[in-house]
Amino acid sequence: MRDKSRIQTLLNWLGPFLGLILVLIIFSSIPEVQERFLRISNLKSVATQSVIVALGALGMTFVIISGGIDLSAASNIALASVITAFAINAGFSPVLAILLGVLTGGIVGMANGALITSLRLVPFIVTLGMLGIARGVAKWMAGNQKIDAPITWINELMAKSPRPSWLLVAPGVWIMIIFAVAMAVILRYAVFGRHIFAIGSNEATARLCGIRINRTKILVYTIAGLFCGLSGVMEFSRLTVGDPTVAVGLELDIIAAVVIGGGSLSGGAGSILGSMIGVFIMAFLRNGCTMMGWPNYIQEIIIGSIIVAAVALDQIRHRQSV
Amino acid sequence: MNLSPQAESLLRMEHISKRFGATCALDDVDFDLRKGEVHALIGENGAGKSTLVKILSGAVSPDFGSISLEGRSFVPSQPLASRRRGIAMIYQELNLAPDLSVEENVMLGREIHRFGFVKRKTMQRAVEKALEFVHHPEIKSNVPIKKLSVGAKQIVEIARALVGEAKILIMDEPTSSLTQEDTNRLFQIIYKLKNQGVSIIYISHFLEEVLEVADRFTVLRDGKKIHMGQMGNTSVDDLIQMMVGQKFVEMFPKVDHEIGEIVLQMKGLKGKRMAERVDLTLRKGEILGVAGLIGAGRTETLRTVFGLDPIEKGFLVVGGAKTDKGTPWIRIGQGMGLLSEDRQEEGLALSLSVADNLTLSHFAPYKKGGLLRLKKRRTAVQSLLKQVKIKAQDPDQPVYGLSGGNQQKVALARLLHQEADILLLDEPTRGIDVLSKSQIYEWMGRLVQECKAIIFVSSYLPELLGICDKIAVFHRGKLVDFQPVTDWDTQSIMTVATLGRSVHKNRA
Repeated sequence: MRDKSRIQTLLNWLGPFLGLILVLIIFSSIPEVQERFLRISNLKSVATQSVIVALGALGMTFVIISGGIDLSAASNIALASVITAFAINAGFSPVLAILLGVLTGGIVGMANGALITSLRLVPFIVTLGMLGIARGVAKWMAGNQKIDAPITWINELMAKSPRPSWLLVAPGVWIMIIFAVAMAVILRYAVFGRHIFAIGSNEATARLCGIRINRTKILVYTIAGLFCGLSGVMEFSRLTVGDPTVAVGLELDIIAAVVIGGGSLSGGAGSILGSMIGVFIMAFLRNGCTMMGWPNYIQEIIIGSIIVAAVALDQIRHRQSV
Repeated sequence: MNLSPQAESLLRMEHISKRFGATCALDDVDFDLRKGEVHALIGENGAGKSTLVKILSGAVSPDFGSISLEGRSFVPSQPLASRRRGIAMIYQELNLAPDLSVEENVMLGREIHRFGFVKRKTMQRAVEKALEFVHHPEIKSNVPIKKLSVGAKQIVEIARALVGEAKILIMDEPTSSLTQEDTNRLFQIIYKLKNQGVSIIYISHFLEEVLEVADRFTVLRDGKKIHMGQMGNTSVDDLIQMMVGQKFVEMFPKVDHEIGEIVLQMKGLKGKRMAERVDLTLRKGEILGVAGLIGAGRTETLRTVFGLDPIEKGFLVVGGAKTDKGTPWIRIGQGMGLLSEDRQEEGLALSLSVADNLTLSHFAPYKKGGLLRLKKRRTAVQSLLKQVKIKAQDPDQPVYGLSGGNQQKVALARLLHQEADILLLDEPTRGIDVLSKSQIYEWMGRLVQECKAIIFVSSYLPELLGICDKIAVFHRGKLVDFQPVTDWDTQSIMTVATLGRSVHKNRA
């Protein structure tokens, strides 16, 4: 029995990895793209392209484990990119601009959490509303156009070849890795992390055990918002402009990454590692498909199928362990 | 009762065996059921009762053995096949769709329709007839299930089986959430069904009930059939002996304990969902029993005390300090702990591990700089599991994999782990086997010996009379009578609970 459960844990661990490895194997065995696909510079650029979705997915993982959802993530990213551009234009230092961008995201997230807990509305509705509000505010502030800003070191955060060359990858990639590790530790070892799982698994039980549900939820959505803010800063860094129309529909990519990585939309299950693998599965797929010269719609069909297949596999795995 | 030996066998199960991995759930078990009899299936949790009836209902297929129904061979390949042959099952864990109405639940899968359109009126009449048959016409057929109490939900389950015109009715712990009065009504229904020729397989841990309602019984232990006999000349002690084998069980172990100062007072307390104000005093080292029918306000009182429902009037005195606001977080800080009556929906986070469920209300011992020391917690949980005799393979195993009795012990052990001084226990022994029950009584005894205090809500009167120091009886939201246990017996408690009149007029 013990051995069986060991194998089970191992499989649970490897499950998402297998998907990523499969994608890598497929593209590296197709002769037309093999050589280009495996080139270091390509891997670097995939890593850089993943940063924006990955940062969003870190916060989204917390939200989804707690049994919620954040549909406003992409709008929040756009709003933060606009605010960052404004701050640079206003002559603030890059550090302050970054802080303002991140903080904007945090405020939007906190508003989500506060509305969900105080009005007792389902997260889907509140964040659906916020999806419109944040996007609208971003467009309004930016006068419905892109906000140009002078080049600063912020724009190097997402540079494919980083300036001190010993960094190997863009600073943004390192930032993503550091936060991913920190969030994984919080989720597993911090009391806060265990509370998030408890709320997602059974809110009534969590209440009974003296967990302060509202506080925890507001914190979860605030953290998700802060990561969207950071993601918005990265978006600004990549585009060198604040663009209120950027990242439309990206919240679905973020949610898909978490779900592919084993996050359960009914709460109580998910992991940072899984979500990150989900991000990379999608990024490598896009990258490979583009190299093959396949049209966009093929990518969409493949990624759509992957989402359904990943969740179906996850369900089967869970059913077996019952 | 007066069935002749030649009475026809409606159902015959022979040499039934079933393995689940390494465990042998059933080992060469024979079982037969006559027309119009109540046949009790008795055994501890894990003895194989559920597997046997699951085989009959088509949810599990046997590895070996044969079944014949009305003289013909019967292979219940899937639940629908069993239902078509007139076998209906009433599940222990309620199996209703919470958002659908009573009517929709009762008729689910059996909708009366013409050209695919449901005939509402006809269905409504059928449902109302069924509810009338079970003596509960007051349950409205258009209310959503989630608005009903646990007891009423059970009634709806029974009505659902009746509408299906079952020949064989399998009842798995049907009375575990019913009060004495509802149980008596259920027995009336059972007698009525019997007279109409319906056969009933009755599974229950309440041996007194089994003795009352069943004609014959079969005892299972560790997957084997131990005994089959007529109920007439059997006692509860005989049954317990057969269930547990040679082990001797004392149901209500007496533990000496001393009653000390007041730890909790309710002063004119009225919560959001309580009908009337309640005054009650709990002392150190005391087990205070609370009796009453379902919906009499017992659960609501506990929930108000624990801060799950807001206090509207009156206040509490906890450890000498007055308080009229509270959340579970505050109450836990004051040394309280609550065990919910609803293990599945509230008591446990089923998808989380045993370790998480045990320690959720008290992470403090493992905290270091905001992070948890999981190794240390694992060791602590392992020793706690051993100490309270919970059968779990691993502390990291999800709770849903445990048996009902072990799940309940996890929920209760959380309060021990939390080192609560005031334990509010709502139906802690519902639906679990005799051995687990007596273990829980033993813990409770040991807790009060350690000067903790317990409020013990239960619908099972023998346990209240067996281990409590004082008993309070509720009737329609009102605390009617509160006396030392020596002044109570089953009859007087029932009188107060059903009539709402104090039977201790001459005393304060």
